[in-house]
Amino acid sequence: MVSLKTEVGSIVLEKPGMIASGIMDETGKSLVRVLESGAGAVVTKSIGLTPNPGHDNPCFMEVRGGYVNAMGLPNPGIEQFKEEMDVAVSKGKVIGSIYGAGPDDFSKLAAKMEDYGACAIELNLSCPHAKGYGMEVGTDPVMVGSIVSAVKSSVSIPVWAKLTPNTHILTKIGQAVQDAGGDAIVAINTLKAMVISPEFARPIMSNKFCGLSGEAVKPVGVRAIYDLRTALDIPLVGVGGISDWRDAAEYIMAGASAFQIGSAVGTKGLDVFQQVNDGLSSFMEEYGYSSISSMVGAAHE
Amino acid sequence: MSDVVVIKEIRDEAYDTKTFIFDWDAEVRPGQFIMIWIPGTDEIPMSVSGISDHTKSITVKAIGDATKRLHEYKVGDRLSIRGPFGNGFDLRDKDILIIGGGVGTAAVMPAVVQTGADMIIAARSDRDLIMLDTARKHASNLWIATDDGSAGFHGNAVQLMREKLKEKSYRYIVACGPEVMLYFTYKACEELGQDCQLSLERYMKCGAGVCGCCVMDDMRICKDGPIFTRDQISKLTEFGVSKRDASGSVIRFR
Repeated sequence: MVSLKTEVGSIVLEKPGMIASGIMDETGKSLVRVLESGAGAVVTKSIGLTPNPGHDNPCFMEVRGGYVNAMGLPNPGIEQFKEEMDVAVSKGKVIGSIYGAGPDDFSKLAAKMEDYGACAIELNLSCPHAKGYGMEVGTDPVMVGSIVSAVKSSVSIPVWAKLTPNTHILTKIGQAVQDAGGDAIVAINTLKAMVISPEFARPIMSNKFCGLSGEAVKPVGVRAIYDLRTALDIPLVGVGGISDWRDAAEYIMAGASAFQIGSAVGTKGLDVFQQVNDGLSSFMEEYGYSSISSMVGAAHE
Repeated sequence: MSDVVVIKEIRDEAYDTKTFIFDWDAEVRPGQFIMIWIPGTDEIPMSVSGISDHTKSITVKAIGDATKRLHEYKVGDRLSIRGPFGNGFDLRDKDILIIGGGVGTAAVMPAVVQTGADMIIAARSDRDLIMLDTARKHASNLWIATDDGSAGFHGNAVQLMREKLKEKSYRYIVACGPEVMLYFTYKACEELGQDCQLSLERYMKCGAGVCGCCVMDDMRICKDGPIFTRDQISKLTEFGVSKRDASGSVIRFR
């Protein structure tokens, strides 16, 4: 009997899939619903210091191969988010995603998330459509290093950094995370994008710029994880376009110890977690992989 | 994916409400909605108020920036739409009483056209009543209620529903309207042991079940709904009590 149990550093997950930040994770009860659907852990929406309505609509649309979104980090702020965490943390592992403009913001937010019962922190260093946040702070290795060390010194739970593919120095940024004591890297966030309406001769998103997610980005994500595995020693979490077990297996073989699913919740529903779990189990059984760890990085050998 | 459609007819329904009819051959079920982009203003969810093979319509009350801007649109202007989204009504059983309150009447009208069921249209006063011609043409029986008694029954939708349920029993109540009306419809159904399907509403961003911004408890209005049964509603602690704004902050109704 194969086991889907896996570890991301000190975090043990009974199932290797998590919900990606930003997907059905604004409220405690929807986080619980995802946990009950076969996810090994859930990642919250990225939470900031104060309530943020995000960008105006349109901030989302379907495109060939996935979705684009420019949600703009909507969230009720860290103080109000306690209520949602209270509902979710008793039901499973919750990873607190946070965003800020610099080391101080991130430290304060991380400390709160730890108080609320998060099992790990995910630093949003990668949102491509929020001015002054996300990838704007996450593409400078020096800034990334100082954010990671500041957060590491303010919490005792593991600190994961979610990185953007919108850079040519991904492995240098990854190295900065590792050097600053970061416990894991999550990759990738969405690809910076734009959609224009020919009829109205203007970008459709109110924010003009947006991020592409879904099946179209999967090869980019798999390459990112492969590159990071080659360069680094800390654990990796793969995310980007996973909608079935084959996609998950690709990320694992590229070097990820666990993975996250986002857009496929829209196209396949929450059943996607159970489908991926079942598919992975059958594959592992047939090909003689007794554990996830025996598959991690297999494509490098 | 979004579709661009051309407005081919505009009908005045009331002093503040218009129906926009456009060619669109997408398959839409009664109770589903679309996201309409009004460039430069907003993108908003709108129930589909009329369904035929090649044309669809929306019925819009001018209450916010986007809907006021939409009211300035003329025949020949273009609309950008996404969808259809949501589950729609279960109309396999035709033995139903359909209730539309205010502009919520638009969301249930395709169900009336498809089933020919009995219908109640309720509004504040006679000048707020909409889509009466379509209702008269398709409903087996049409009853009107106005809060001020200026037309039909003097009282609200729920009071008239209670009267009608004394005379006749139905398999389901199907309703859309303001949340306070739906809340008391639900309460009455619970008290009377009456099954119902209610069309609920929350602030929406993606419309496609991805972002989770429109949740009521753990239910996404856009994907798990917008139509919910009495049994499902009994588990929703936020229904009639609170909603969330664009940031996800809780706003209590009272």
